Amino acid sequence: MAVLTAPERTSPAPPPPRGRRARGPRRTPPLVLAFLLVPLLAEAVWVFWPALQGLYLALTNWDGVSAPEFVGLGNFREMAHDEVFRTAAVDTVLWLVLFGGLSALLGLGAALLLQQERRGVGFYRAALFLPVVFSLVATALVWQAIYQPDGVLNQLLESVGLDSLRHAWLADQDTALYAVIVPALWRQVGYVMVLYLAGLKGIDPALYEAAKVDGAGPWQRFRYVTLPQLRGVNAVVLSVIIIDSLRSFDVVWSLTRGGPYHSSELLSTYMYSTAFQSLRLGYGSALAVVIFVLAFGVIASYLVRAFREAD
Amino acid sequence: MSATSTAVRRKRAATAGFHLGAGALAVLWLLPIALVLVTSLRSFDDIAVHGLGSWPRSFTLDNFRQAWVDGGQQRALINSLVVTIPCVLVTLTLAAMAAFALSRYEVPFRRSLLLLMLGGNLLPPQILLIPVSKLSELMGVYDTLPALIGVQIGFGVGFYVFVLHGFMRSIPVEIQQAAVIDGAGPWQIFWRIILPLTRPALAALSALSFTWIFNDLLWAITVLRSDSKMPITGALIGLQGQFVSMWNVIAAGSVIAAAPTVAVFLRFQRHFVAGLNLGAVK
Repeated sequence: MAVLTAPERTSPAPPPPRGRRARGPRRTPPLVLAFLLVPLLAEAVWVFWPALQGLYLALTNWDGVSAPEFVGLGNFREMAHDEVFRTAAVDTVLWLVLFGGLSALLGLGAALLLQQERRGVGFYRAALFLPVVFSLVATALVWQAIYQPDGVLNQLLESVGLDSLRHAWLADQDTALYAVIVPALWRQVGYVMVLYLAGLKGIDPALYEAAKVDGAGPWQRFRYVTLPQLRGVNAVVLSVIIIDSLRSFDVVWSLTRGGPYHSSELLSTYMYSTAFQSLRLGYGSALAVVIFVLAFGVIASYLVRAFREAD
Repeated sequence: MSATSTAVRRKRAATAGFHLGAGALAVLWLLPIALVLVTSLRSFDDIAVHGLGSWPRSFTLDNFRQAWVDGGQQRALINSLVVTIPCVLVTLTLAAMAAFALSRYEVPFRRSLLLLMLGGNLLPPQILLIPVSKLSELMGVYDTLPALIGVQIGFGVGFYVFVLHGFMRSIPVEIQQAAVIDGAGPWQIFWRIILPLTRPALAALSALSFTWIFNDLLWAITVLRSDSKMPITGALIGLQGQFVSMWNVIAAGSVIAAAPTVAVFLRFQRHFVAGLNLGAVK
């Protein structure tokens, strides 16, 4: 978890306080309580209370106008027979594996390539990192221009004589999902690279020296020094990827809205269109609960780790 | 002698190989950005005749005018800034206050409270969408920018509390004890001592949260309905519908939407990267 500590911190870690009370006064001053309660209230109003409501709404049928009708687990039973739900679930898993796996691999690869401080490396890092600050909507539009039937990709294929590969990339059910993953990757790799760069910087160079003395080649040094030392970062990257994958919405929504024929539908886009376009708010909430349950493992393990960090 | 010259040559070859590989990668990554920049400066006829991928044969700034005025991007950009700037300021202020309380005082249940707040941010937003849109209707703020500001603050604050808590905890206790002996109250300790020492983390988080809030689409389309109130992300989708396959205008719109965050990134690059490492939880 080296990444969770601030890189700017130059002073050494404080000595452990003598006894729990050394940290501050025993009684909490009212002002300090107010300091805590105001933000907590803001979060309670906009997050905790809605979350509880969301859990309840998942058990209802609701069109948003008349009173919600309690149906128990009916929404979840319906899911079992819902073809679109199945597609969205499979696509979400595919998204997790492809988008997640590739962004981790490419991010690590880029970090390994660009880890050494040498002339020009700052430029390369910035180039890979620049898309991270783009909104996914702008990213999506850029790529839409590339994917058009008369767009750049097809023109490129034609100019190298691969006319047969020309394609309406986003309008074809077989390619839509993969065509959406590429821009998402383009944007994510730089982010993962930064995390890995920080992790690589944290490895003690003496370990490499020692491995070299023992006669380890470059591959062995990577396998037996770098990888084990990156364990903490890997955990962070993995959690970031899973949470990001389940949240992924903007890029799909602006490129395909889940289409054509739900071929690029993710659970998140299906949830949104069910709730806000078909106005089936109860069923939409139930889909949200499924997303929550899928994310729960990550959230829980994160909190467990944070728990250890917190004191 | 010859052995060293071989070594030098090999090193030079390795350097050339590195620049070749990394350079190719950088070009590949910058190509889509270059494409959109070039497209935003071409005329519609040029693109229609020669295609998006051809070498540009025209130059015009009119696309920006169309996106800016006819496409409503000017208003959208103002909306985005009206939402983003107060959100960043308020969220970080609230988060700094809570982190101060949790990290410097023996607040009861402080560990659980901290994790509760972090947990709120880790929730997938999907589970909140419907209740939040209903809640904003109930509060009479549906389809107004304050609703978007409210939900962005509420949803973001937990994460910043967690990061700032970690940072503030590393400030030595003795500094605070000295201030207490000098008769400083909590407010003075917070304002004069802890906050200035937390500046690096606050700078990093502001750069980061600016781009996150500015780039958000999901919350915006959940609590807003009118086109005139949409921030730049929502407006960009609207632009796409309004100027169907007029790639020159859409590209100009994308450039306008990306410019503020790119500016923040270029200006605060160091803070930005530090913030990502600081905030690896996100």
